[in-house]
Amino acid sequence: MRKVAVIARRELASYFNAPVAYIVIVTFLLVAGWMFFSSLFLMGRADLRPLFAPSPFSPSMLLVIIAPAVTMRLIAEERKSGTIELISTMPIRKWEIIAGKFTAAFALLAVSILSTLVYAISVSAIGDLDWGPVAAGYFGMLLFAGALTAIGLLCSTITQNQIVAFIAGFIVCAVLYFVYWLQFFVPPGLASFVEFISVSSHLESMARGVIDTRNIFYYLSLIGGALFVAMRVLSRQRS
Amino acid sequence: MSDASQAMVEARGLGKDYGTTRAVDTVSFKVARGEVVGFLGPNGAGKSTTMKMLTGYLKPSRGSAFIGGIDVGDDPLTAQSKLGYLPESAPLYDDMMVLDFLEFAADLRGVAKAGRREKLKGICERCGLLNVLGKDIGQLSKGYRQRVGLAQALVHDPDLLILDEPTSGLDPNQIVEIRQLIKDLGRDKTILLSTHILPEVQATCDRIIIIADGKLVADDTPEALTEGTAGATIQIVVKAKAGAALEAARVMALLSNIPGVRGVANAEAEGPGTLGFALRAAGDVDPREGIFNTAVSNDMVLVGMQRRGVSLEDTFRRLTRGEKEAARA
Repeated sequence: MRKVAVIARRELASYFNAPVAYIVIVTFLLVAGWMFFSSLFLMGRADLRPLFAPSPFSPSMLLVIIAPAVTMRLIAEERKSGTIELISTMPIRKWEIIAGKFTAAFALLAVSILSTLVYAISVSAIGDLDWGPVAAGYFGMLLFAGALTAIGLLCSTITQNQIVAFIAGFIVCAVLYFVYWLQFFVPPGLASFVEFISVSSHLESMARGVIDTRNIFYYLSLIGGALFVAMRVLSRQRS
Repeated sequence: MSDASQAMVEARGLGKDYGTTRAVDTVSFKVARGEVVGFLGPNGAGKSTTMKMLTGYLKPSRGSAFIGGIDVGDDPLTAQSKLGYLPESAPLYDDMMVLDFLEFAADLRGVAKAGRREKLKGICERCGLLNVLGKDIGQLSKGYRQRVGLAQALVHDPDLLILDEPTSGLDPNQIVEIRQLIKDLGRDKTILLSTHILPEVQATCDRIIIIADGKLVADDTPEALTEGTAGATIQIVVKAKAGAALEAARVMALLSNIPGVRGVANAEAEGPGTLGFALRAAGDVDPREGIFNTAVSNDMVLVGMQRRGVSLEDTFRRLTRGEKEAARA
């Protein structure tokens, strides 16, 4: 566990040294704020649902782009520069490397997401805000971001090219995100399957303020599965 | 078990295939505690691949590697904690400062926090890094990068250092400095270093292992590889009398009869009026006394005689080229 923290700390320092972290946080805060307030005033209700609910124009859609951008270099860059050899010959387990990298990228996204609490506070100042659904929404949003981070990290382990890692991560995340809207066009039998695999449908129900163990289970197994495969890819030494 | 624990490094039938390409065939050797061993071979012979298998970075296709008696395949973490490794061309995190990077390495190596600053300072002093501690690694010259790589391998004070081409890409001054540093370290550590710079091994190593085309072709001391091998040459110069061509033939015939001489060839003379010959020694017998006696009894005026041992270059070329030609035949 201690080594996981060592890896995570180094990655976080690297995010904040190169101004990646600030760009991500500020971009997310601004764009999410714009997306959120434009729909807030349309609906005229003291409600944070537009902040969490999936739609092609929403903060969660923004995460589909940001998460692979944040994770693309995690392993790919180590492969490219050869430092993977350095770190692989240190007494550290493969899962500790993966867990450390995941923690750092997830922490960055979590900070970005939680920084939108300023919007919640400003909404609560102008109207009567029910904090229960807000808490559920943030919880769902964090799980959602965790799943995207794990997928992005997995894509970064399969290549030494960061651009490839980004594009692969973006495509997988975008497919899992947008497949949700396909359910209206496919036969009913397939619709429930589509709804089950989409990252959006699970976010949708949590955005409504409902915490269902099925949703939590979905996200946690997606995170666990992607990280496990990433660890296997890393263990299977390259040629 | 007892002999395994004595050997600091052991390769037991180690081999690696990349698809259908055989990078390392089967290599077996041992490095005893306290030895400084040079690992030689032409580019692409499999030096780096062998080192990567020893350090647990690559999984061998055949055989196994042992570090301090521990099978690297069974327990990589314990094996890796015993060694410091400088990979080829010193890959480092360019976005980190030198001191931060060494702290990071020390963290991963589990070096105790107490007294760590002093230890790191000591290592940096030894590696000549004190004036770049606050610099980004990405800004450093090749020489400094190599030193940071070496310092990183030393943070946990390991008994064993595995260094893959520690002096590649350095200027002559830096090479001398790094070589001196390796010599210093060799006093209390076991070192396995690879290189294709031959004077380097002669200057630093107790023993030399040569591989070519993924096979071990020599494992001996530098002295044995240069002196012991049959084929030292002796250059002699004699004064020419009238009828140089006839005289040359006569001297040549005389010389080839001396015990310990395997062959005689014409060589460069020292100027007009002299004749030069190159004699190949047969091995165990030093023919120089015989040459002198022959010269005296046959009225030859010997003006020069010089023995040239086989250089490591010669041995290296003979061993590594011979392998290739044998493989081609």
